[in-house]
Amino acid sequence: MEKELWKGNEAIAEAALRAGCDCYFGYPITPQSEVPEYMSAHMPKYGKVFVQAESELAAINMVYGAGGAGLRAMTSSSSPGISLQQEGITYLAGAEVPCVIVNCMRGGPGLGTIQPGQSDYYQCTRGGGNGDYRTLVLAPSNIQETVDCIQEAFDIADQYRNPVMVVMDGLIGQMMEPIEWKPYKKRELAPKDWAATGRYGREEHNIINSLYIDPELCDVHNKHLAEKYALIEKNEVRWECIDCDDAEVIITAYGTPARIALTALENLRAQGIKVGLFRPITLWPFPEKALHDLVGNDNVKVILDVELSSTGQMIDDIRLAVEGRKPIRYLGHAGGVMPTVEEICETAINALKEVK
Amino acid sequence: MAVVYEKTKGLTDVELHYCPGCNHGIIQKLVAEVLEEMGMLDTAIAVCPVGCSVFAYKYFSVDTLQAAHGRAPAVATGIKRCRPTQPVFTYQGDGDLASIGTGEIVHAAMRGEKFTTIFINNAIYGMTGGQMAPTTLIGQKTTTSQGGRTAEQAGMPIRMAEMLATLDGCVYAERVCVADIPNINKAKRAIKKAFEKQMNNEGFTFIEVLSTCPTNWGMTPIQAVQWMKDNMIPYYPLGVIKEKAMEV
Repeated sequence: MEKELWKGNEAIAEAALRAGCDCYFGYPITPQSEVPEYMSAHMPKYGKVFVQAESELAAINMVYGAGGAGLRAMTSSSSPGISLQQEGITYLAGAEVPCVIVNCMRGGPGLGTIQPGQSDYYQCTRGGGNGDYRTLVLAPSNIQETVDCIQEAFDIADQYRNPVMVVMDGLIGQMMEPIEWKPYKKRELAPKDWAATGRYGREEHNIINSLYIDPELCDVHNKHLAEKYALIEKNEVRWECIDCDDAEVIITAYGTPARIALTALENLRAQGIKVGLFRPITLWPFPEKALHDLVGNDNVKVILDVELSSTGQMIDDIRLAVEGRKPIRYLGHAGGVMPTVEEICETAINALKEVK
Repeated sequence: MAVVYEKTKGLTDVELHYCPGCNHGIIQKLVAEVLEEMGMLDTAIAVCPVGCSVFAYKYFSVDTLQAAHGRAPAVATGIKRCRPTQPVFTYQGDGDLASIGTGEIVHAAMRGEKFTTIFINNAIYGMTGGQMAPTTLIGQKTTTSQGGRTAEQAGMPIRMAEMLATLDGCVYAERVCVADIPNINKAKRAIKKAFEKQMNNEGFTFIEVLSTCPTNWGMTPIQAVQWMKDNMIPYYPLGVIKEKAMEV
C-alpha cells in the first residue's frame, strides 16, 4: 500500500476516526493540540461529535457521559492535563466505561516543559486516581505503530469495558513520518447492553455507577475488577525483543528512547559488544514475565534502563521483574533533553566493564 | 372503583433514604411524573452526581449515570451531544452545582447545551453532615460556620439562577419551591416547561428548587418549611428569572 507522510498528532486523530470514534472531547495543551484541531475540522464532516471542553476535567467527564451512553469516546491531553483527568479516569475505571485516552507526554513536575517527556509512567500505569484500578497503557515508538494501536485501543477498551491509554512522548506527536493505513481486523465485541442508552422497552434501567456504599458489595466489585485485570495481564501484554538472545547488556526503553537505543545497539554490535533491546509495548500490563525470563539467561550481565525521566519510573517495574538477580544501571534526562546514542553506548560499555 | 392517584412509573419501588421532611422525595416525584406524562421514560437519561442526590439512580426508573462531584453538566454534555434527540437531565445539589461544579455548569449553560438541570438549593451540605455551602445564608449556622456565616469570611450567598440567566445559552431559568401544594404545582409546571423547551432544542434550561434540610438545619420538618419561607425566599426570590423567546 502507498505510504503517506503524516504528523503524529494528526495521524492519531485520523486513526481514531477510522476506528469508529463517535465523539471527541478535548482541551488545548502543548504538545497535543493538533489532535483537537484535527478533530474539530474533520469530525463534523462525518456527523461525529467534537466539543472543545472548558477544561481537561470537563473533557474526561464528557467522555464518561458519552462512553456510558454507549458511544466510542476519546480524549487526548498532555501530562498536566492528564493529571487533571485522573479524577475522571478513576470513575471510568470504577464504572467500567470504555474509552481511549491519548497522552502526548511532556516533562514535569508541575508545568515542567512542553518538550517530550516520559515522567507520566507512574500516573499512567499505577492508576493515577484513587482506588485499586488499572488502565491498559499502550506505548508505541513510531507513528505507524501509534496509528495501528489507536485502532486496536478502541476494541480493547470495549472488550474489557476499561479505559485504554495510548502514551507517546511529545516527539512522536510532533514529528512527521511515512505511514500506511493498514486494513484493520476488528475484534469480535459483545453488544453494549450495559450502557445507559435510554430504556427503549428494556424492563430494568441501566445504571453507570462506581458507588458501592455497602463495603461488602464494594469488595465484591473490586474482586471483579481484579479478575478483569488478571485477564488483561494474561491476554494483552506485548513487548519487542531485538538481539536479546546472546546479549550481555539488555537495554530497556520504550517510545522514542527505544529508537535511540536501537541505533546505539547497532553501533555497539558493530564494535562486537553484545547488546540487546527489550522494549515494552504495553506499560501496563508490564511484560514482567518476559523480562524476568530474559534476564535469567546466563549471558545477561547487566541491564541498562533508558527513559525520558530524571529519576526513572519504569525502572521500578524492571526491578520487580529482575528481582535483584542482575545489576541495573540507569540513564535518563528530564523532559526535552534526549539521551544521545553516544551517551547510551558509553554508559553500556562502562556498565559492562563494572560488572565483568 | 376509579383510580384517582397512582405512583408514577418514573420512580422505582426502592425505599428513599432521605430524612423526614426533606424535599428531595417530592422533587424527584415531580421530575418522574413529568417524564412519564411526556412519554419519555423509555428515552430519558439522568445524571446524578455526589451529595444527597447520589442515590437517585436507584429511584428514577430511567437509565442513569452517577457522576463525579460537580461534573454532571459535563457528563450530560457528552450524552446529549451523542444522543441529541433524547431527553437528558442532571439532578444536582448546591454543594455540587454551586461550589465544586461551578465551572461545569457555567460552561454547559454558556454552550447552550440542550439538557435540563434540576438544582436543589437547601443552603447547606446535606450528605456530609451540614457544612456551609456557597448558598448558606448570612448568619446561618452550619458545622463550618458555627457562629453563623459572615460576608467578611465567606462572601455573600450565590444566586445561581440569576447568574446563569446572564448567559445567552440559558433559555429558561426559574426558581421554585415545594413548600405547599400551590408551590408544588408551580414547580411541576416549571419542570415540565423546561423539558418541553429542551425537546424543542431551544437551549439550556435550569430549574432551581428551594429545599429543606431539617436534619442539618436542626429543625422539625414543619419548622424547616417555615424557615425556608421566612429566610430563603426573601434572598432567593421565586419565579421566572429568564425566559428567552424562541427564535423564529
